[in-house]
Amino acid sequence: MEIRIDNLTKKFGEVVGVEDLTLHIDDGEFVAFLGPSGCGKTTTLLTLAGIYKPTEGLIRFGERIVNQVQPKDRNIGMVFQSYALYPHMTVFQNIAYPLKLKKTPKNLQNESVRQVAGVMGIGDLLDRRPGQLSGGQQQRVALGRALVKEPDVLLFDEPLSNLDARLRLTMRGEIKHLQKNLGITSIYVTHDQVEAMTMADRIAVMSGGRLQAFDTPEELYDRPKTQFVAGFVGNPPMNFIDVNVSQSDGAYTAKTGSIRMTVPAARGAPAAEHAGAVVMGLRPEDIAIASEGEVAGEIFVVEPLGREDLIDVRVGEHSFILLANTESRHRAGERVALQFDMSQVQFFDPQSERSLLWRQ
Amino acid sequence: MLKHQAANSRRNALRSYLGAYGFMAPAGILVIVFFLIPVAIVLYLSVTNLASSNFTSDLAKMEFIGLKNYDTLFNDQFARKIFSNTIFYVLVTLSIFNVSLALIVSLLTTHIDRNAGFIFRAMWILPRITSPVVYILIWKRMIAEAPFGIINQFNELLGQPTYNYISTNPWVFVVVVNGFIGVSFGMIIFTSAIESIPKDLLNASLVDGSSRLQRIRFVILPLIRWPLLFVVTYQTLSLLTSFVEIQLLTDGGPGLYRTEVWSLTAYHRALSNYFGNAQWGYGSAFAVLLVLIGVVLAVIYMRVFRFDELIAEPRVEAL
Ligand SMILES: Nc1ncnc2c1ncn2[C@@H]1O[C@H](COP(=O)(O)OP(=O)(O)O)[C@@H](O)[C@H]1O
Ligand SMILES: [Mg+2]
Repeated sequence: MEIRIDNLTKKFGEVVGVEDLTLHIDDGEFVAFLGPSGCGKTTTLLTLAGIYKPTEGLIRFGERIVNQVQPKDRNIGMVFQSYALYPHMTVFQNIAYPLKLKKTPKNLQNESVRQVAGVMGIGDLLDRRPGQLSGGQQQRVALGRALVKEPDVLLFDEPLSNLDARLRLTMRGEIKHLQKNLGITSIYVTHDQVEAMTMADRIAVMSGGRLQAFDTPEELYDRPKTQFVAGFVGNPPMNFIDVNVSQSDGAYTAKTGSIRMTVPAARGAPAAEHAGAVVMGLRPEDIAIASEGEVAGEIFVVEPLGREDLIDVRVGEHSFILLANTESRHRAGERVALQFDMSQVQFFDPQSERSLLWRQ
Repeated sequence: MLKHQAANSRRNALRSYLGAYGFMAPAGILVIVFFLIPVAIVLYLSVTNLASSNFTSDLAKMEFIGLKNYDTLFNDQFARKIFSNTIFYVLVTLSIFNVSLALIVSLLTTHIDRNAGFIFRAMWILPRITSPVVYILIWKRMIAEAPFGIINQFNELLGQPTYNYISTNPWVFVVVVNGFIGVSFGMIIFTSAIESIPKDLLNASLVDGSSRLQRIRFVILPLIRWPLLFVVTYQTLSLLTSFVEIQLLTDGGPGLYRTEVWSLTAYHRALSNYFGNAQWGYGSAFAVLLVLIGVVLAVIYMRVFRFDELIAEPRVEAL
């Protein structure tokens, strides 16, 4: 089912939930809504589900305008962060509930529930109540309940946020696998950019009720169109510093205080055109500690992540976050030199926060 | 060394034992002072013939007459009538007003705009917070005979015949007057129970394909089952013992015991200078039976509704 959202606005009195959202989702696509808490992701999802009526704008499922269609007539499956299982029903009754409402014959209900429960690996829990299940099991039941009616659209509202890290990893893979197998158009809300990056075909980055960007994970990562997107996508986040970019003899240089960095012409030229200071963005993986390099600094803190160390290096008043091999055993207080891979550098207009490299 | 440990653990056990009773003490003392002791006194009075004619405040001087009061009561030609009045009054008021209407009001007011719902509920609370005397006076003025009664004034205005409502339909008004007070209790309990159902659960039901009515039937009602049973239990017992409004409205009349209920009889016999003679002993027999009925009902309710199931079963620790 293709979903087209045009100029969607939802207000709660004076409070804006989501504003002027335009988004076209292809049939069978897996789209993630990514953004910080309170940016309007849930509001958008519940408006798609028909729980909220849009204040303005159009929502179309295929050719059908669904603005005024009741939730029960939208054929949607939804998974909630809180699982939202009915505590007074058994697992079987929970999963069968959508079928019971559709007045599906009892024997077919039985068959479908058992099949879905088998797929979700909860076939032996059908007689339990939700209160007797672990978080992971509850999430599987919730997923089963969403799938059992063979929905046209699947909506996920931060379904894995309440699970522990390991389970989250497993479920992430399972959901993605399931979605690809079934080919159901899915929208997956999350504030976790790793989830969005790993699962989605395209990511809609939202902030303050507005759509910031809608693109594939690779595009968002390599060619972020706004500083917000650049900072939000990627972990650890991109480093930003204010610099002046100038050109002399065809060579471009980014300068601030004592720091001087050579910028490739393709990226330096648009930045140099901009009058005054610009915001330079460098990803942690593009910075390395070297015995000698362009910039000297001091290690402020080392955070071991297991496979790597997250290191905060201070250069004057600037701070650079980077990742280093644990074997190099760096310590706080150590004086080091930094090397920058400037081929991936980003530049943003400090006023509009738009990219100087990738225009919309 | 071992001995010392054993003594220590015994002391700890004793301490936690005393601690538990310490925490129960305040409630326990209240129950003893305001329930058990009065019941004991009434029980004692019910086996004496204490009345205004042989009044004494010395328990020892009261004349013990065994079960004579109960014998009189069971042979009282009106006791049966009063008993069935009581059952009728409790059942009808409870089922129509204290439970059904309370449920309807709370379901309606939680499905409309929050503020509007709040105002409607506030209006339903008015009868309860109005002093019974004032509240009954309002009703009496409403249903009084022509030319004073407000309803009858409308009847006259519309060219309809006028009625003496209290003598034609006393039960209607006894039930309605008490029912209007009774609604608010269940309404408050049900409303807070409905509002504490997680929003996600309600949304999930709609997405799963239910209409709003189906959601009430399959999700909301089962989830407020305990509050519902609690209101049924509690309101049965409080209707059984309430009589002030009936006393003020009809005083058990019109005529002989037409709307007299058990608790009102206990009051009439024991305290209201009945035919110039308060029969404390005999009235106490009525009161004792009321307590007995109340306790038996409470136990039955607890068994039938299985309040012990409120305690959740343990979770299964697995993936
Ligand atoms: N039912 C509601 N009534 C009033 N304001 C709401 C309601 N739901 C959401 N909002 C507001 O809309 C904004 C977006 O909320 P939400 O969609 O829940 O954000 P997210 O899911 O991205 O964390 C927030 O400012 C929130 O306070
Ligand atoms: Mg949310």
